[in-house]
Amino acid sequence: MTSAVGRWRQWRDDPWLRRLGYCAVTAALIALPFVVDAVLGRAWVRIIDVALLFVLLGLGLNIVVGFAGLLDLGYIAFFAVGAYSYALLASPQFDLHWSFLVLLPLGAFVAGAFGVLLGAPTLRLRGDYLAIVTLGFGEIIRIFLNNLNRPYNITNGPQGITLIDPLAVGEFALNRSYTIAGFTLAPVHSYYFVFLACAVASIFISLRLEDSRIGRAWIAIREDELAAGAMGINTRNLKLLAFAMGASFGGVAGGLFASFQGFVSPESFALLDSIMVLCMVVLGGMGNVGGVVLGAALLTALPEALRYAGPLQKAWLGEVYVDPSDLRMLLFGLALVLMMLLRPAGLWPSTMRRRELAGGGEPGAVR
Amino acid sequence: MPSGDATLLAARSLSKRFGGLAALDEVSLAVRRGEIFGLIGPNGAGKTTLFNVLTGLYPPDAGECLFDGERVSGLKPYRIAARGIARTFQNIRLFANMSALENVMVGRHVRTRAGVAGAVLRGAAARAEEHGIERRAFELLDYVGIAARAAQPAFGLAYGDQRRLEIARALATEPKLLALDEPAAGMNATERAELARLLTRIRAGGITLLLIEHDVKLVMGLCDRVAVLDYGRKIAEGDPAAVQRDPAVIEAYLGGALA
Repeated sequence: MTSAVGRWRQWRDDPWLRRLGYCAVTAALIALPFVVDAVLGRAWVRIIDVALLFVLLGLGLNIVVGFAGLLDLGYIAFFAVGAYSYALLASPQFDLHWSFLVLLPLGAFVAGAFGVLLGAPTLRLRGDYLAIVTLGFGEIIRIFLNNLNRPYNITNGPQGITLIDPLAVGEFALNRSYTIAGFTLAPVHSYYFVFLACAVASIFISLRLEDSRIGRAWIAIREDELAAGAMGINTRNLKLLAFAMGASFGGVAGGLFASFQGFVSPESFALLDSIMVLCMVVLGGMGNVGGVVLGAALLTALPEALRYAGPLQKAWLGEVYVDPSDLRMLLFGLALVLMMLLRPAGLWPSTMRRRELAGGGEPGAVR
Repeated sequence: MPSGDATLLAARSLSKRFGGLAALDEVSLAVRRGEIFGLIGPNGAGKTTLFNVLTGLYPPDAGECLFDGERVSGLKPYRIAARGIARTFQNIRLFANMSALENVMVGRHVRTRAGVAGAVLRGAAARAEEHGIERRAFELLDYVGIAARAAQPAFGLAYGDQRRLEIARALATEPKLLALDEPAAGMNATERAELARLLTRIRAGGITLLLIEHDVKLVMGLCDRVAVLDYGRKIAEGDPAAVQRDPAVIEAYLGGALA
């Protein structure tokens, strides 16, 4: 066992093997949508696309909850802000058709501004109290979007906004299929690569932030806000920064989502979606970037995989005994409970969470 | 003006009330540059409250604090830390799940600049700064004598080491004044002697020390001057030996029974 670990270390530290590893992972990620398409069908490529969006959302929320320790139950509001920013400025709604090159950064900025808007009045709140306020904030945004169709029609209310422009550069639009050298590049494939690029960028940014002066200050605030202040950390600004950074990830994800779906409506941004993203963060491993990516992938795939519960019953038992749509959420819930019982720090916890749950320090109280 | 003045920290008629309780009642004191100033008094005398007012945790109800010739009362704690007052806590407040090294690295925050762009792009300047933070943090761990524990999570350190780590973290902010709230609490005689040596070394490095301590022996051996608080009021100030003989001090400590 130890020799296996030792050998693994040796491999990990060898620069050439490392480079080889990166190349293999890149090749696998490029091939992934085509392989999945061939084996499991196009619906699963779409699920992977959605999972990548959730990676973005999960990593954004991880900055707020995982790093800075601010429990946010309304995170999906920033996703909504990003999605509607894109939808309103790139659709027939106002007959505006701005380029995504402007709209995605704009979405990040607007969502970041909303992050500060949420953060500023809640600076003194922590834990459960903050959770309640953020929960309310999330609902306020959704209800606003639902009702901003009268007296002036801005958001088109519950009907939502349709015919949103796809990501496009000149004539090349991602909502069309292209055939390149015999390969069919369907919209789900081309979006996959855009989403993948954004997800990789967000992973990169998260990792760099975590291991920096800013990241350490966030973690210090999570561990003991009072001591962090006494050590010269401007806790107000850093908490606002965490809210803004986290929200901007959500804003980009929202813009991508709007262009991908071509349609947004308020019901895509309900409380349950906020909770879902939080589940991904907590289950994957709060504070650990790899864990959050894993959580996002698993929790997107799991409910979809459980759709097979119906056909499997038919194949094994000859008849469908339990309606798969009922069973699906039941099994999903059960899976969540089991995971939290068996791995309370998450599937792939950060070193700190592991320490914490291994009987160590509650943040703020040594011993 | 600031550096020429012999007084580093001056509290002028500081008062702080909690409901009906006067935790601090018109307390004035002056800490001179380069000295070790002891703050003693029975439990509940207001020593920690005075610390909390000095470091910006509570605003004073009346009076003011001058540090290095400038008014600091009413400033937020992080601004006071930036001005050069660092502190430790009576009930140790480390960042429990961070490693010892990371704890000290957090202390460097106030003297470094890298922002989000620096963190993400990690240019030459940001890399150099980060490297400097880590090197300085390690030096400070070594200085207080726990370099071997650098990678351990703070909560797992022995009690005395946690106290030392708090001092290292405070030193990382490059303070002019280091305020220590009962640094020897819970230490045995050997650890106390080591602590006294460490504090003497810190003072020799040019940092003024303000010390709350219960252990009279430690205070008398270490401090250049002491002030005694009782029921939120300063009842004596001056040379440790003279203060020890002061009838009011004996009264406060022993309830007058042996006076």
